[in-house]
Amino acid sequence: MLKDLLTPQNANVFIGKLGDVLVKAVDQPLGYAINWSRLWSLWPVHIETACCSVEFGAASGPRYDVERFGIIEAFGSLRQCDLVVVQGTITRKMAPRLRLVYDQMPEPKYVVAMGACAITGGLYFDSYNVLPGIDGILPVDVYVPGCPPRPETLIQGCMLLQEKIKRLKAR
Amino acid sequence: MSSTPLPPGLQIEKVDERIMTLNVGPQHPGSGHMRIIVKIDGDYIVSADPDPGYVHRGEEKMAEYRNYVLNIPHLERPVIHDSCNVLYPYCLGVEELLGLEVPERAKYLRVIASELNRCVYIQYWLAIYGIFLGHSTMFMWPAGDRELYIDMLEKMTGARVTHSFFIPGGIRNDVPANFEDMLLKRVNYFEKRIKEYAAIFYDNPILISRTRDAGKLSREDAIRLGTTGSTLRASGVNFDLRVKEPYDAYGELDINVPTLKEGDAYARSKIPWLDMLESCNIIRQAVQKMPKSGSVRVKLKPNPKGGNDEVYKRVESGRGSLGCYVVSRNAPEPYRVKLSVGSFRNLICMPYLLKGEKLGNMPAVYWSLNYWPVEADR
Amino acid sequence: MSSSETTPVQQSAPPAPQSSAPPAPSESKQPPVKEIPPFEKSIADKIESQFGSKVKIDFVKPLRIRIKTSKEDVLQVAKFVRDEMHYDHAESVTGVDFPTEKEIEVVYHLGSYTDPQLANQVLALATRAPREENPNPGFDSTRLPSLRDIFYSVEFHERECFEMLGVYFDGHPDNRRLLLPEDWADLPPLRKDFRNKGR
Repeated sequence: MLKDLLTPQNANVFIGKLGDVLVKAVDQPLGYAINWSRLWSLWPVHIETACCSVEFGAASGPRYDVERFGIIEAFGSLRQCDLVVVQGTITRKMAPRLRLVYDQMPEPKYVVAMGACAITGGLYFDSYNVLPGIDGILPVDVYVPGCPPRPETLIQGCMLLQEKIKRLKAR
Repeated sequence: MSSTPLPPGLQIEKVDERIMTLNVGPQHPGSGHMRIIVKIDGDYIVSADPDPGYVHRGEEKMAEYRNYVLNIPHLERPVIHDSCNVLYPYCLGVEELLGLEVPERAKYLRVIASELNRCVYIQYWLAIYGIFLGHSTMFMWPAGDRELYIDMLEKMTGARVTHSFFIPGGIRNDVPANFEDMLLKRVNYFEKRIKEYAAIFYDNPILISRTRDAGKLSREDAIRLGTTGSTLRASGVNFDLRVKEPYDAYGELDINVPTLKEGDAYARSKIPWLDMLESCNIIRQAVQKMPKSGSVRVKLKPNPKGGNDEVYKRVESGRGSLGCYVVSRNAPEPYRVKLSVGSFRNLICMPYLLKGEKLGNMPAVYWSLNYWPVEADR
Repeated sequence: MSSSETTPVQQSAPPAPQSSAPPAPSESKQPPVKEIPPFEKSIADKIESQFGSKVKIDFVKPLRIRIKTSKEDVLQVAKFVRDEMHYDHAESVTGVDFPTEKEIEVVYHLGSYTDPQLANQVLALATRAPREENPNPGFDSTRLPSLRDIFYSVEFHERECFEMLGVYFDGHPDNRRLLLPEDWADLPPLRKDFRNKGR
């Protein structure tokens, strides 16, 4: 019986089918586990773009301490990071560098736009050197409004990102 | 292009094969919002070329389209954690242009706000200096202690960092009741607390060996390069605008300006800390001498027009002398606003000091210049 | 000043003249009373006696003096101001565009650390360069001699002025771009004919 099914001609098809069954069975719990481990160790890349970095620094400080929510202090090497917190205004000089940083990061990667300037250009809507928001260069996951956002707002934004990661399909 | 010879400075330079070029920044833990193009021979820096402008937002151009009051919010954004001081010379200048007289109580409240802000700025600077030197405790302590003064400023102005508190003709609103007691209590605790930094940071032999004799700036060179603030005072020049050119209520207060002679990175990192201790004294004196009641601003008519005049006002900010040059041409908007900021003036030290230094000393020297890239770019 | 905007002054004016009108020189904040402070006057006189008609004294205010000179004489005046008057550093270099007069003004704010008498004084040294309608920064006639050999501290300020207003400084060793993006191909942004978007 099994010998009929598993001939050298259709072995590939059989193993492929078996794999599909396995993926269907394991995908959901495994994806959940992968996402769970991802969302409690978000590594933001150390790129400051404007003045919101002050509040980002305060959020890493002892009073607000984002580390207890699984967002670890800004980290130097972008090859080991999976989160870009765009801390404020993106000027025309900074925009290509920001995209370069994003492109060099490994998948999966998430973007948080922090501050009014990163969302729409904010106070600098009519400046000649400021981009009107970073939507044109990066796919943004969470917008954190404020000028600058308080550390609590940043923490809330990052928790929203964690909610989002939980619901995403693990890649 | 080849027919016309390029002007000097625009020509392409030839580089030796031994020499390697490193781009430090803008994505680098030891750079901030700027890039330093460093040429190294082995471990020694041959030349360093700062490349600022990553946060150049064109604030001087924007100021030409907004009237004197609308300019306040965006002119304090260059240094949001020192926002009272960065706005101070602009307000002084506009007051002179419009002929406004600030009430006595507002003068003292301005002094208190700007001294609190100076401490908040220096604490953040110190926290980042700790990170740059790999001293994590020195990030945590100042980052936690600065929240004390941020709370006070929040009670005073309503915002955590971007206060927009100073306006031409005074301050926006009066402080809440019982403010002085709360303030003095916190000042006393804060002073006790920052004195403890000496044991862990300034008397730490590892820190001393790391920063002592790194990036030495002699007195003559500090004057010749036109440096300002802590960089200047660490090189033995006793120059502080709070004493030399007292503005508002600083003339009535007794201020001892800390000065050190060494001119190295250690002295430059110690001056801001001594400044904080002095700020605590200034706040206590100001609270004592402040009139207990009275108006805090003069009424400003909407859309005020400046005359055909110009002013140059300067104050001592956390990073040194901060000048504001306002040209007015009979219009509600200023004709030209120029901020001459301490960070931009200290930028010239960077190629000068880093030359011949070891690459590992670069963060220690660079951040000891009390440099905030956003302010330098404006 | 027109008469209408003196209203805020008049509110605080009644106590001020009674107390401070007799010792007027110390309190020269009132705009109508224009007292020329003696120390600043002596500095201005010294410069004027040296250069005569080459230098125009724009104003002498408390702690602030502004002199104007042509671009041919600016090196000479700056050298005199540094060597004889002990102004030793430049605080800022500001370019101001005057399209109606077809000129760009460059103002050097000079200060002193070495002379304690001059610690609170700022000398504004202004000079003007011709302005062209279609600027080609670095190659057109908008040029000024660089003061970098006299005041070393102007180096980065003059670089900023070059890119923001297109004033090329002859003799400056490093007239590269500083703050603007590398691909900036528009007018120098601080000129008046450059408009921000939507304004």
